[in-house]
Amino acid sequence: MTIRIETDRVTAMYGKFTAVKGVSLKFPTNRVHALIGPSGCGKSTFLRTLNRMHEMSPGGWITGQVLLDGQDIYAPEVNAMQLRRRVGMVFQKPTPFPTMSIFDNVAAGVRVNGRRSRRDLSHIVERSLRQAVLWDEVKDGLNRSALALSGGQQQRLCIARTLAPEPEVLLLDEPTASLDPQGTQRIEELLFELRNNFTIVIVTHNLHQAARVSDTTTFFYLGTMVEHGPTKELFTTPGNDQTEAYITGRFG
Amino acid sequence: MVMVLASTVVIAVLPLVFILGTLIVKGAGSLSATFFVASSVPAGQTGGGVGHAIVGTLVIVGMACLMGLPLGIGAGIYTAEYPGTRLATACRFVADVMNGTPSIVIGVFAWAWIVARQGHFSAYAGSVALAILMIPMVMRTTEEMIKLVPHSLREAALALGYPRWRATLTVVLRTALPGIVTGTLLAVARVAGETAPLLFTALGSQYFSLDVSRPMAALPLVVFTYATGPYQEWHRLAWATALVLIIVVLVLSLAARLATRQRYQRN
Repeated sequence: MTIRIETDRVTAMYGKFTAVKGVSLKFPTNRVHALIGPSGCGKSTFLRTLNRMHEMSPGGWITGQVLLDGQDIYAPEVNAMQLRRRVGMVFQKPTPFPTMSIFDNVAAGVRVNGRRSRRDLSHIVERSLRQAVLWDEVKDGLNRSALALSGGQQQRLCIARTLAPEPEVLLLDEPTASLDPQGTQRIEELLFELRNNFTIVIVTHNLHQAARVSDTTTFFYLGTMVEHGPTKELFTTPGNDQTEAYITGRFG
Repeated sequence: MVMVLASTVVIAVLPLVFILGTLIVKGAGSLSATFFVASSVPAGQTGGGVGHAIVGTLVIVGMACLMGLPLGIGAGIYTAEYPGTRLATACRFVADVMNGTPSIVIGVFAWAWIVARQGHFSAYAGSVALAILMIPMVMRTTEEMIKLVPHSLREAALALGYPRWRATLTVVLRTALPGIVTGTLLAVARVAGETAPLLFTALGSQYFSLDVSRPMAALPLVVFTYATGPYQEWHRLAWATALVLIIVVLVLSLAARLATRQRYQRN
C-alpha cells in the first residue's frame, strides 16, 4: 500500500501558541482517514497544515515535515498555489462564490490554472458535478446563481468545485456540520464513491460519521496525536484510556 | 413609548418635508426647458438658465471622481486586506480626521495649493478639493464593505489555488461590489452639493465653459450667488437652481438604492 501523505513531527503554531504538537502520521492512498477529538484539540489546524492553509492564518507557522508523494510540501521550491490544486479542501460552511453561477463556481479552480476552451470547461464541469452527485439536480440551470441551491446542494457544489482541478487529496473540515441529516447522508454516500479515486482526510465532530465513513481514525487531544489505527479497532478496542473515554462519551 | 418615538420621527422628517415643499412651491414654477439649457443672462434681464452650471457640476464632480475614486477604493482595499499594518492604522486615523474636517478648510487648502500658486481660479482646483473630500468617505465604505465579505469565501478561493491578489479581485471585491458602488454614489451625491470648497477654487462663472483651467460654474455656486444677490429675479432663479441641485442628488441616491436592491434580488 502506497503512502500518499506522511507527516513527520508536525508542530503548528499561532504566534507563540502551539495548536498541534509533533504529529507524525501516514495516510495511505485511496483511503478515508478521519480525524476526531474534542473542540480545540488541533485536528482542524493539523488538516490545514496538509495544504499549507495554516500559514495563511494570522501568525500561523509550522515546524516538521509534510510529505506528499515523498516530496516535502514546505520545501522552498514548492509553490503553495500549485500545491493547493493538488490538495483540495472543503470547509465546514458551504462557500459558493455568491457572484458566480453554478457553472462558474465549478470552473473557478480550473480557470485560475490557465485558460481553457469552453468545451473543455463544460466537460470538466459536468464530470465534477457528476462526481459530486449534483449533476441531475442542476444540469438544467447551470447559469443560475449558486446561492439558489439548498445548503446540502451548496456543499456538494463546493465538493464539485474542489474536484474540478483533479486533486490527488481531498481535505474535508467538518463538511456536514452545518447540514441536516439528509444532506449529511448524501455527503457520506458521496465519500464512499470518492474513496476509489482520492485520498480523503476528514475532520469530524460526529463519531458515528467517523465510524461509518473512514478506514483509519486518528484521535487528537490537546494538540497531540493520542491514537491512530484502523477505524474498527480504534472504536472497538481503543488502546488508550483517553480515546476510550472520548469515544464512549465521557468527555468532549 | 411608541408614541414618543413616533413623534420624534415626525419631528425629524418635518424639516425635510418642509424644505422639499418650499423648494417645489418657489422653484418649480421657474423650471422650463430653457432653464436646463440656457446660461445666465446679465443682471436686470429676465430669463436665462443654469445649463452652464449643470455641465460645470458634471465636469467638476466627474474629474473629482477620476481622481478620488481610484485612490479611495485602492486605499480601502489596502486597509481591509492588511488591517494590522501600521500604514493601515495611520490611514484609517487620517481618514476619520478628514471625514470630520469642515469642507471649507479643504477649500482653503486647495486654494493655497493650486489657485494661489497658479495665480488664477480653475475648475480642476475645485475638482481636487472635492476629490480630497471624497477619498476618506470612499475609503472607509470600501473597507467596511470588504470586511462584510465572509472570511470563509477568501479561504475557499485560496484553497482552490488562487493567488492572494486574484482571490481579492475576483472573489472578495466582486462580492463587495454592490456595497462599494452604493457608498461611492452616496459620496458623489454629497460632494455634488458642496459649495464652500468651490468658492475659492472653481469660483463660478456666468458662461458656458469646458475649459478646466478657467473658472467654471457649478450648481451650488449659482445658488449661493443668486440667493445672496440683490435682485428679485435672482432669488427666483436661486430657488429653481436649488431644486435642480436636490433633484440631481436625489437621482444619485436613488441609483445607489437600486444598486443595493439588485444585490438582494440576486441572493
